[in-house]
Amino acid sequence: MYKQTVRRRRAALGLLVAASLVLLTGYFGESSGGPLHALQRGAMQVLAPVQEGTGRALKPFRDLVGWFGDTLDARSERDKLRAERNRLRDEALGAQAARRENQQLRRLVALDRSGELSEYQPVTSRVIGRSPTVWYDTLTVDKGRVDGVRVNQPVVNGDGLVGKVTDVSRGAARITLITDHTSGVSAKVITPIVDSQANGITGLVQTKVGNPDDLLLDFVSRRSRLQKGDRVVTAGTRSNRLESLFPPGIPIGAVSRVDEEELAQFQRVHIRPFADMRRLDFVQILTRRSGDPNDDDVAVAP
Amino acid sequence: MTPFAQLALRLTVLGTVAVLVQIAAVSQISVLGVSADLSPLIVMAVGLLCGSIAGAAMGFGVGLFVDTALLQTLGVTSLVLIAVGYAAGRLRELRDPAHGLTPVAVGAAATAVATVGFSLMQFLLGVDSPVSWLLIREILATIVVNTLISLPVYAAVRRVLLPVLPEDPRRRRRRAYVTGGLSPISRG
Repeated sequence: MYKQTVRRRRAALGLLVAASLVLLTGYFGESSGGPLHALQRGAMQVLAPVQEGTGRALKPFRDLVGWFGDTLDARSERDKLRAERNRLRDEALGAQAARRENQQLRRLVALDRSGELSEYQPVTSRVIGRSPTVWYDTLTVDKGRVDGVRVNQPVVNGDGLVGKVTDVSRGAARITLITDHTSGVSAKVITPIVDSQANGITGLVQTKVGNPDDLLLDFVSRRSRLQKGDRVVTAGTRSNRLESLFPPGIPIGAVSRVDEEELAQFQRVHIRPFADMRRLDFVQILTRRSGDPNDDDVAVAP
Repeated sequence: MTPFAQLALRLTVLGTVAVLVQIAAVSQISVLGVSADLSPLIVMAVGLLCGSIAGAAMGFGVGLFVDTALLQTLGVTSLVLIAVGYAAGRLRELRDPAHGLTPVAVGAAATAVATVGFSLMQFLLGVDSPVSWLLIREILATIVVNTLISLPVYAAVRRVLLPVLPEDPRRRRRRAYVTGGLSPISRG
């Protein structure tokens, strides 16, 4: 009897482990259009309304917990905001002069002022799910293919760049945040000082697993003098390593620290993102109606 | 409905609701800079209450649901949570821990196994990321947060499963206390 119980227990364990390994191997080996991926997308489509309902029902609970956290943070936040206000006031004065100068220069070179963002149709979406693990910084939103959402479209909120769409079903989409370790965004630095050498320096914004508040601007030469508070926006350029799918000029964050290692060719620029990735209730997906080469409905590997 | 079917039904409902609450609410609440992860705690509680087979099966089911709902690599979370559920179940079968704070210690261990195991799996699958202090801090913070909520989670799971549990350790101990260690039949 005892031996039978032990055998049954070991058989059940072996079966479950084998099933997991088969799923893992199958999933890892197949393309993004394979049956397991398709099954996942189908499940996402079914689960999206359930997640949305659950999210709405539990919002008061989330808000209650958030209220406690907000109250604790309020004082330090106020001091930071005051300092930020004073700095922005100074910047605004400089920006007025820069704007006049900019207008004059634009007239001189007859630059097209239509702007990159005017090509996009923002689709506002509610966040209905979020990955609990540090390894996948992803969100699920309640807008999908029927709303014009496609893979690789940029996602923003009121503060700045949030991420990009990495998977779409009929009524839902998965967004990989810029704080995910797989993310890479080509970016450039904007400084308040118009004639600064650092103005317009480009690099690649990446992140390390485990710290969503600290992005890294890589591949910035040590000769570039960056200052704390310098703004980083999307460059909108394309490199061989990682294509920039984002239009230029979307705010990403502000330089918080610059590390210079003696032997390194590049400096490590730390950026604090403008968007609070831990508190996203709504985001905007920048969709395009047509003519976008990124409109292929092809899922990417997570 | 047979007792086994009743238990399976309750475990299915429990796992589904837990994962939905996790994804839709708990993951969006930040404490100490991290979110609590209910999955290992639920699986640990089922293992402690129902044994190793039920714990492992629950781990597989919850892991599969998490991976499916979040579009993660299928099988990774299942594999990790199977280990958690099976180990918790074996602890119950071999030691039958009596202390009321057992779920706290086992919850901390379950979270540690789940987070570290998940990280190792990611490295094995080829994720290109250094083992940084930030990652370790994140794992430690998750363990602390999960440890704090492990007792209420265990109590909630126990409440859900109590009517269909084949043999509850606490009831057995209570009975043993009342009857002086003997069952009412042998006393008679």
